[in-house]
Order: sequence, then C-alpha cells, then structure tokens
Amino acid sequence: MMSSQHDHPGSTAWQDFCAQQQRARVEKYRVWIVGGGVFLALFLTSAYLSHFSPGRIAEGLPKVHEYIVKILPEIGVTTFRDDMAYWFYAFPDWMLLLAETLLMAYVATLLGTLGAIVLGFVAARNVGPSRGLTILARRLLEIARTVPDLVYALIFVFAFGLGPLAGILAIAVHSMGASGKLFSEAIENIDLKPLDGLKAAGANWMQGMRFAVFPLVAPSLVSYSLWRFEINVRTATVMGIVGAGGIGQELITAIRMLYYEDVSALILLIVITVSLTDMLCERIRHGFIGKENLS
Amino acid sequence: MTSLCRDERSMVDIERRHPEVFAVSWRRHWLQGVAWGTALAVLIYGLVVFDFSPVRIWNGLGQLGMLLRFMVPPATDPAVVWEFLKAIFETLSMAFVGTLFAALLATPFALLSARNVFRFRLGRFGVRRGMDFLRGVDQLVWALVFVRAVGLGPLAGVLAIIISDIGTLAKLFSEAVEGCDRKPGEGVAASGGNALQCTRFGILPQVLPMFISSTLYIFESNVRSATILVIVGAGGIGYQLSERIRGHHWEEVATILILILVTVYLIDWVSGKIRGRLIEGE
Repeated sequence: MMSSQHDHPGSTAWQDFCAQQQRARVEKYRVWIVGGGVFLALFLTSAYLSHFSPGRIAEGLPKVHEYIVKILPEIGVTTFRDDMAYWFYAFPDWMLLLAETLLMAYVATLLGTLGAIVLGFVAARNVGPSRGLTILARRLLEIARTVPDLVYALIFVFAFGLGPLAGILAIAVHSMGASGKLFSEAIENIDLKPLDGLKAAGANWMQGMRFAVFPLVAPSLVSYSLWRFEINVRTATVMGIVGAGGIGQELITAIRMLYYEDVSALILLIVITVSLTDMLCERIRHGFIGKENLS
Repeated sequence: MTSLCRDERSMVDIERRHPEVFAVSWRRHWLQGVAWGTALAVLIYGLVVFDFSPVRIWNGLGQLGMLLRFMVPPATDPAVVWEFLKAIFETLSMAFVGTLFAALLATPFALLSARNVFRFRLGRFGVRRGMDFLRGVDQLVWALVFVRAVGLGPLAGVLAIIISDIGTLAKLFSEAVEGCDRKPGEGVAASGGNALQCTRFGILPQVLPMFISSTLYIFESNVRSATILVIVGAGGIGYQLSERIRGHHWEEVATILILILVTVYLIDWVSGKIRGRLIEGE
C-alpha cells in the first residue's frame, strides 16, 4: 500500500509510473505495427503468388454459379418420379461403389489402427521399451503422417497396380501415422502406478503393456479410431481420383466427361454417406464414453 | 484401516444382498462376442474382396523397394530444386490465403450456429446443415469443381480451401463460442448493450485465442492438403509431384518428398510455437 503523498501528480513514484505506462504503450503499438506489417506483407505476397485478386475472383464467381446451375438437375413437381429416376439412373451401381468405399475405409482404419497401437506403445516416451526404438518409432510415425495419403496412393498405384488395394494401403499408412501419434500422447499422459505394481510383481514389458497400460488407454483408443474412421471415409471417396478404387473414380469421370447431372447426384450421395457415418460414429462414441462415466 | 477390514469381511454379505451387481451378464458377453465376430468377419470379407493376397503384397513391396532404390540419390540440380521451391512457396501461399479468408468468412456462420448467440432454432439448424455439406465434400472434390469453373491454376485451389474450411472452422468456432462463459455478455447487456455489442464485447474476447489457435491448426492441415490439391491441376507442388511420378522421375520425386517433409515440419514448428504462446498468454 502506498501512502497518499506518493499518489499525487508530481511525486517521483507517479512520474515513474507514467513513464512505465508510456513505455508499455509504445511497446504494445510496436508489436502491433511490426506484427501487422509482417502479416500484411505475407498476405500480399501470398495473394500475388496464388493469383488471388479481386478482378479474378469477380471473373470467376459467375462461372462458379454457372457451373452449379449446370450440374443441378431439372425436377418438376408433376414429373417428380421420372425426373428422380433419370437423375439417379445408375443408382444400384453407385450404391455398390459406395459400399466398396465404406469397406475400404473400414479395412484401412483397422489395419492402420493395428499398426498405430503397436508403434504407439513403442513411441511413448514413458513406457517405450528402449530409447533407440522409441526414437525410431517416432520418426516412422512422423514420416507416415506427414506425406499426404494421396501421395502414398499415387506411389502405391504404381507398385501394387490400379484398384482398391493401393488406396487401402495408402489410407492405412497415413492413418497409422496420425493415430499412432495420438495414441502415444494418450499413453504418455497415463498414471504409471499400475505399471509399477506389475513390474514389482515381475511382469515383462509385454505383460505390463497389456495389463497396466492398455486398459487405461483403451477408451481413448476406441474414440480416436472411430474419429479416424470418419476421416477415412472422406478420404476413401477421393482415392478413385488417382485410380485407387471407390466412388471417386466415377466422380472424376463425370467431372472430366462433363456428365453434369451425374456430378450433383454423386456429390449428394457422398455427402449423405459421410453424414450418416459421422452420426453413427458419434452415437457409438457417446455410448462408450457414457459407459465409462457410469462405471 | 478398520473400515477397510470391515468392508472386506462384509464383501460376502454385500454379494449376497446385491446379486445383480456381481452376476456375470451372459447377455452382454454374448452381444460383445457377436459384435467382435461381425467386425472380424467384415474385415476378412474386405481383405478377400480387395484381393489382399500375400503374393500381391510381396510383389508390391518388391516394386516399392525398387522405387526406393531409384530414389537414391535425390536430384540436387539447382535449377530443378529452385523450380520445386517456387512450387512450395505457391502451395504455402495458397494455404495462407485460403485459411485466412476461410477464417474470416467462417466467423459469422459460427456465431449463427452457436446456441448461446443465435436463439432461432430452425435458422441454426439450417446453418449447421449447410456447414455439414461444405465439410462433407472432400476438399479435392471442391478443387475439381473449381478447376472446371475458374480454370487450371492456384486460384481454384484457394477457392476449394476456402469453401471446405468454412465448414470445418465454423464448426470448431461455434463449439468454442458455445463453451464460453456467458457472464461478460450479461454484463454488457445489463449496461445497455444490444445483441451485437454483447457478442463483440462479451463473447469475442473470450473466444479469440481459441479461434486463432484452431485457425493455425487448420493452416497446418492445409499446408499438407494443398500439396495434393494440385494433383487435379490446382497449381503448387503437387502438380510437379504427380508429373514426376507419372514420368517415373523417381530421384526428383524423392527431392519433392523431402522438401514437403521439411516444409511441413517447419510450419508445424512455427505454428506450434505461436499456439503455445497464445494459450500461455491467456
């Protein structure tokens, strides 16, 4: 607490305070001006490099509108049934392709999760079997998740031939990297006491992981995998673009060959499928979390 | 200590009094068994349908090994590397501009789909489903559509990033808004602020750090995805990459992959630093 004679304007304490405030204000403005300047410079350079200019946008937007109008089907009230039948003329084939896409995502998620579990345990800093192996596993996971899945797909299509196999492997490798990181982080956050208990009772590394660590991380593991499955369904829908199976093949053909109405029909089907899987996964996840909270 | 001993002794009593807690639920066991069995059956069916034969995997791995051998040593010709670097910069600027505009455009939609800001339920439902639609279509599909509409080049990629990330960011932002404390907003309302002022002074200061943090996160993810947008002809490094793979210039593919890895590491590192400071600062 300061005495009142220090507060009145003119005292040295007051002047010190004013000077300090002034310095803080100048510092704040400097940060804003320098930061804003750097940001603006970055933005202008980026806009220039990516051809993002008001003129080009103004030129492009009407074309986007035109394209959207072109891909929308004509549906009359009186001829609704016929119009729908015409719009979705290849409905059975498309449903088969969608089923293939979902199955691709499912198989890829399971394979990827399996790899992620194994590497996740090794890559966790607190429980990993040895330092060297931990570092190796971390680098492997980093490479697996940094290279985009479509790049893997491009390479795997060359190695394994066209078709879903290349797509599944590409998604599996990428999701192994992404989930493996999350798993190892989940493991790094656990309570180590159960593991100490098992070690004291003479358990080896494998047994320690199975009976002390795994039960603690299993719920988050399930939750991450379900979330990964949602992402992988989305990815599987575009694998066809590089020839790696699924409904994407049909979509890119429709777009390239200008089968306008097919484009909207396929996009609609994809959106419905993706939304349904999202909703289903959320249900399952809530079921799991609810059960965990109850016990 | 004594209570623990008494509990242990009375465990038998408790089990006798509440048999339903200790009973093994056969129905649950059975259901779990069926669930695991179905999951496994679907997996096996998938493996069979997609022809996961050991021979095919082995041959493919052999091919991959061959590719890896071709990739060493990576191309280091300065002219080629400079060309790739230019493409990397193009990719980065696509991600930057795209994320920036997506974040700006997502903010109003986020507020409109947050329960505590926009009370009109039907309108909220409409906005949310619209955002779901933007998110449900993969970025690559949007890129394909925009390439058709505005022609080949990075602009199509930028537009694809903006459109699909409006959906993602609006969802993330609206979750942040719904999770915030409503007392500051009530304070503004009590001193006579209208709805817009409540949002601006009551909610925005709370959620801004979270907005920036999720925008940075999406920027990281866009740096990755922008590298592939281009496989469909939307500019950047991906174009170079897919051309090299199609032309079997594997040593140049290796150079591009290394450049992508380094760039993504750098961006993740910088943006992690910024995010760490933001969260600590609050």
